[in-house]
Amino acid sequence: MIVAKRKPIGEIVEMVAPYKKVTVIGCRSCVAICLAGGEKEVKMLVSALKIRNKKEGRKQEIEGFVVERQCEKEWVKEVEEKILGSDLVVSMACSLGAQTIGDMYPEHLCFPGLNTGIFGVPEEQGVWSEKCVGCGDCIIHTTGGICPISRCAKSMLNGPCGGSANRKCEVNLDVDCAWAAIYDRLKLQNRLDLMEKVTPAKDWSTSHAGGRRIYMREDAKLTPHQKKGREAVQ
Amino acid sequence: MKAGSNLEKVFESGMFAVTAEIGPPQSANPEPLTHHAKMLKGSADAFNLTDNQTAVVRLSSIASAVIIMREGVEPVIQMTCRDRNRIALQSDLLGAAALGVKNVLCLTGDHQIFGNEKGAKNVFDFDSIVELQVFDQLRTEGKQVGGEVLKDPPRTYLGCAENPFATPYEWRVTRLAKKVAAGADFCQTQAIFDMDMFEKWMDEIRERGLDKKIHVLAGVIPMKSAGAARYMKNKVPGMIVPNHIVDRMKNAKDAKEEGIKLCVEQIEHLKTVKGVHGVHIMAVAWEEMVPKIVEMSGLLPRPIFD
Amino acid sequence: MADRKPKVVGFCCEKHGMDAAVLAARTGNQFDASVRLVQVPCTGRVDGMHLLRAFEDGADSVFVLGCLEKNCYYDTGSIEGRKRVNYVKQMLTEVGIEKERLEMFNAASTNAWAFPEIVSKMVEVAKKLGPIGGGGMQ
Repeated sequence: MIVAKRKPIGEIVEMVAPYKKVTVIGCRSCVAICLAGGEKEVKMLVSALKIRNKKEGRKQEIEGFVVERQCEKEWVKEVEEKILGSDLVVSMACSLGAQTIGDMYPEHLCFPGLNTGIFGVPEEQGVWSEKCVGCGDCIIHTTGGICPISRCAKSMLNGPCGGSANRKCEVNLDVDCAWAAIYDRLKLQNRLDLMEKVTPAKDWSTSHAGGRRIYMREDAKLTPHQKKGREAVQ
Repeated sequence: MKAGSNLEKVFESGMFAVTAEIGPPQSANPEPLTHHAKMLKGSADAFNLTDNQTAVVRLSSIASAVIIMREGVEPVIQMTCRDRNRIALQSDLLGAAALGVKNVLCLTGDHQIFGNEKGAKNVFDFDSIVELQVFDQLRTEGKQVGGEVLKDPPRTYLGCAENPFATPYEWRVTRLAKKVAAGADFCQTQAIFDMDMFEKWMDEIRERGLDKKIHVLAGVIPMKSAGAARYMKNKVPGMIVPNHIVDRMKNAKDAKEEGIKLCVEQIEHLKTVKGVHGVHIMAVAWEEMVPKIVEMSGLLPRPIFD
Repeated sequence: MADRKPKVVGFCCEKHGMDAAVLAARTGNQFDASVRLVQVPCTGRVDGMHLLRAFEDGADSVFVLGCLEKNCYYDTGSIEGRKRVNYVKQMLTEVGIEKERLEMFNAASTNAWAFPEIVSKMVEVAKKLGPIGGGGMQ
């Protein structure tokens, strides 16, 4: 899932300083699961900001709310009144949520309270590791189920490099060398032949390098006629 | 002859080759390069110009190559995949060839976290093996990786690096085999301190007939102190320095002298290892010792071909 | 303002923390401060939000008192308590509040002298740093 983490509070303190009425809005989905912007985190941030104001003797109205999933307009609409009634929204959702609010209410300011982040897997409680960078052309069936683009610091296709020592990555010794892991996995599966051939250059046009990507399911899209019908009902 | 470089000619003649390194300066001043070229001329068959090694910004490899060529010294440029995409890499290969640079070492490259521009956006469009494959196709068929065929392909002699001391150890010979398949003509190894481990690697190289397909240059580093030995042992991932080497440096009366002696011994031994076609001397921050080391190893004079 | 007594809030676990407090009270200890104790079943139950609310509502200093880590009645409760205290200490630092205002302590119930020592310490902190936002004692 998407994993984010709260911006340093010092940064948030500076962001909200000029505003009289601040609304903090979190999300119950990904960021709640990774303990960055769920209900509890929103409450704690609001409290910390209030304590800060107490120290500075500053008058500022701060409120906190959570929506089910901030990247979906229907749920954001539920707190429309709160958004419109504030000078600044601080979003404790991932950037998708923050931008949804921004796109829906362009005249209102919405600042990000989190830094997004990674496609992460919970390795153990409290630890999420990156295992995908969305290259758009998944080849993990050729690498024993381990993604080298995300898990190798150099995104190699023919690894490991010469810096792999004790099966650890030279860039971060806490991280396993992805290619040593791929080697072990393919050996276990009796498919080392996959590593023996030269893997040619990757086509990066399906990744973000190729430009901002839009995914569609044509059969799920509404025709203009259908859209009109829906609007009439709403 | 693929490119007709001096290094290629030495290999083709069957002589034991010698290469060394010149580290480009962290400045726009070409003088240190000219100085080193003049000092080292005649002590090796070709000199590597590193490419922003350890991700530290330095005078570029290709520019450095042209500067030393003015002194009549042959370069080996290095091209890492960290800073350039396929457009720039292929373009630089054409540029290098047009400037008369023939030897090209293909490397994946040190991650920028090691250098002085940690906030840089890295590229890694290729890894070293893809780079070899792409350059090989460019020089043999004139064909770009994207398919377009160019007139007047570059005449290039391709090299690679390999590290017998990185994990997984049992994979390191196959990795060299992949580089051979991708088009590498010569290979420079990481510095050798564990001679037994290196010789085991060479045994497997010969078993698989790879010594007939690629010229291996064994890497050596002359050490200045026991501290240097310890640093390489403990702080450099992928380097193995046995304790007896560290002890030898520690117990020496004159560490620098011992370091040179040890290096020469290593080279003398490497000359006898079957399948090793030369030596690559990486005298880090000690380039001035190269002529002495080569001489003491009985490898002077270097051959001159027309 | 100068007459305002320092306000200290303490979260004590019922198994050991409160016992120590009761023992100390029985030996007649007095403090020149308003000390409010909140009993929790285990300091692992103390949430970061409880600690922040205490400060929001006017506490000058806050402490959490639980079992010795190797002897927690609920096994790892006081370990969790310490984690949360540390997390909130970090948050306080980031909003410019002195981290000394919040502290975690571990004691055994038989330690009659630990409790008054802890409270004295936190009263000192409250006196020295004054209320958050000024109007202090200095």
